[in-house]
Amino acid sequence: MKLTVKLFATFRQGRFAEAELELAEGTTLGSLADGLRIPREEIGILMVGGRHAELAHRPAPGDVVAIFPLLGGG
Amino acid sequence: MDKILRVDMSAKGGPKASVEPVGKYVGLGGRGMTSLIVADEVDPACHPLSAANKLVFAPGLLAGTSASTSGRISVGCKSPLTGGIKEANAGGQAGMALGRLGYAAVIFEGAPAGDDLWKVLIDKNGVSFSVDNSCRGLGNYDTVEKLVKVHGEKCAYVTIGQAGEMKLGAASIACTDRELRPTRHMGRGGVGAVMGSKKIKAIVVDESGTTPPQPRDPARFKEAAKAWVEGLKRHAVSGQGLPAFGTNVLTNVLNEAGGYPTFNFKEGRFAGASKISGETQAQLEIDRGGLATHGCQRGCTIQCSGIFHDKEGKYVTKQPEYETVWSHGGNCGIDDLDVIAQLDRMDDDFGLDTIEMGVTIGVAMEAGVIPFGDAAGALRLLGEVGKGTPLGRILGSGAGVTGKVFGVERVPVVKNQALPAYDPRAVQGQGVTYATSPMGGDHTAGYAVATNILKVGGFVDPLKPEGQVELSRNLQIATAAVDSTGMCLFVAFPVLDQPDTFQTLIDLLNAQYGLSLVGDDVAALGKKVLSAERGFNSRAGLGVEQDRLPRFFEQQPLAPHNVVFGVKPEELDRVFNW
Ligand code: SF4
Repeated sequence: MKLTVKLFATFRQGRFAEAELELAEGTTLGSLADGLRIPREEIGILMVGGRHAELAHRPAPGDVVAIFPLLGGG
Repeated sequence: MDKILRVDMSAKGGPKASVEPVGKYVGLGGRGMTSLIVADEVDPACHPLSAANKLVFAPGLLAGTSASTSGRISVGCKSPLTGGIKEANAGGQAGMALGRLGYAAVIFEGAPAGDDLWKVLIDKNGVSFSVDNSCRGLGNYDTVEKLVKVHGEKCAYVTIGQAGEMKLGAASIACTDRELRPTRHMGRGGVGAVMGSKKIKAIVVDESGTTPPQPRDPARFKEAAKAWVEGLKRHAVSGQGLPAFGTNVLTNVLNEAGGYPTFNFKEGRFAGASKISGETQAQLEIDRGGLATHGCQRGCTIQCSGIFHDKEGKYVTKQPEYETVWSHGGNCGIDDLDVIAQLDRMDDDFGLDTIEMGVTIGVAMEAGVIPFGDAAGALRLLGEVGKGTPLGRILGSGAGVTGKVFGVERVPVVKNQALPAYDPRAVQGQGVTYATSPMGGDHTAGYAVATNILKVGGFVDPLKPEGQVELSRNLQIATAAVDSTGMCLFVAFPVLDQPDTFQTLIDLLNAQYGLSLVGDDVAALGKKVLSAERGFNSRAGLGVEQDRLPRFFEQQPLAPHNVVFGVKPEELDRVFNW
């Protein structure tokens, strides 16, 4: 299945800002992150289609996945 | 810091000062100090621009000490914008200088007869006053430049621009940063108008010849100060995210979450967001020879700020904050960082709250004064405020007034103060804070974004009403407490997330003041401050019926999630039941 994956802040370094990735059906967000060599403990926010999701979530074909490190501001 | 400086601006023959012991306000700094004094001393029914109002400055409890990120300054008064109690705060150097001079608060009361503008000099010899009309009508940049020629580079300068002199509802009070630029503003609620009504153009704070306030227990303080820096550095937000990208790192997050108010709160996503995001901004600053990491005051470990240069590599302004980039950017359909930086510069110079002004221009766009996305038009409208044309004065009076004048329904204000950069339909906990904070539409007073969106300190689903009242209540109490230490609010990320860093903050206060505070005292302090503020508001005519969002948030669904604000009025009324 095809997914649009967006990375933000420090996660872009040495990777990408946005990419179309081809993944096996049923892949979890956790293994998606592993494949991108993003340490799970550094992940602050995961979103699928603009909604928060967990590492165990399995995205559907065509989903937009956003991965952020722990961030703050205000 | 054991004394309060009181200045009677009404006195015959010029302002008269007196010094009194801090007395019952001991152990309070920042917002705790300003709010309790205002609640005790200001007639809630007074006109905010009358002599009966007071303007109270208070540094943080640890300002001027070696504790990092502790040098904020707060100002309090009855707000000309909301009609309720107001506290606004800023970084820059002034808080530290007041701390070193030993003042826990400086209270300006009364108002002088006549039209002369006054300059106040606070230094190691006390305080002096002089009539100084030489800066009349000047912006903050020119004002500070003139003052530096007289008083030198070792002082901190607290000034108002044209907006404050005109007593506009969006007027701010500027503080100089380490580079002597008037870029750090006590922004919200029209505090600059109150300073203007007291005819004070500038306060010069000269710390030369002073030493840092001595801790009661120096060994314990030193140890805690070290642990404090370590705690701030250890947390991912204060240690990495904020230094590298500043607060504007939030643009992409809120946009992804569909809670980024776009086109005057019409939609929740902005197509141009990535062009004005913190990632883009930081890279642009570095490419142009500015700085992506910069402290607004001496001794800040977090250094969330930066320096923004133009295409020629010349200084324009400090790194515009997330709220500013949003209000002048996405909220107005503008996706050009150079235009946003120019608007930020103008706000700082005229002395205007960037949130209020961006939202006001958005309302003017909704009214058709200029179209959304019209960058040149936005620059022109803001220019009118500085010039004080009739249109400019309307805009400078804020979003509420502008909406009324132009007949706009969708006016995003609470208690007449413009809402910041999080749509309450898609960040419902933040909506509860907007509705109920004694400050009016304010994001810092109970930053539910942390829990709703950023997953710092837990997670409560942002799109549903469940759990938001409790979340906002707890955050408003904790924030009132942190605000009353007068630490920079960005310490809240590590303080609320790392129990040992919370303890370190208490250790610092105890070592400095010889106190024996425990964690529960902090929560009690937060409640005490909130109760005083709400008591003032209710006596001023801002009762619970004002603790509401504008109706359109309950009626007009927000794309992309097509949600409305779902927390019911009777639930909002439970926020302060503790
Ligand atoms: S964290 Fe940012 S706003 Fe706070 S004191 Fe440091 S530079 Fe200033």
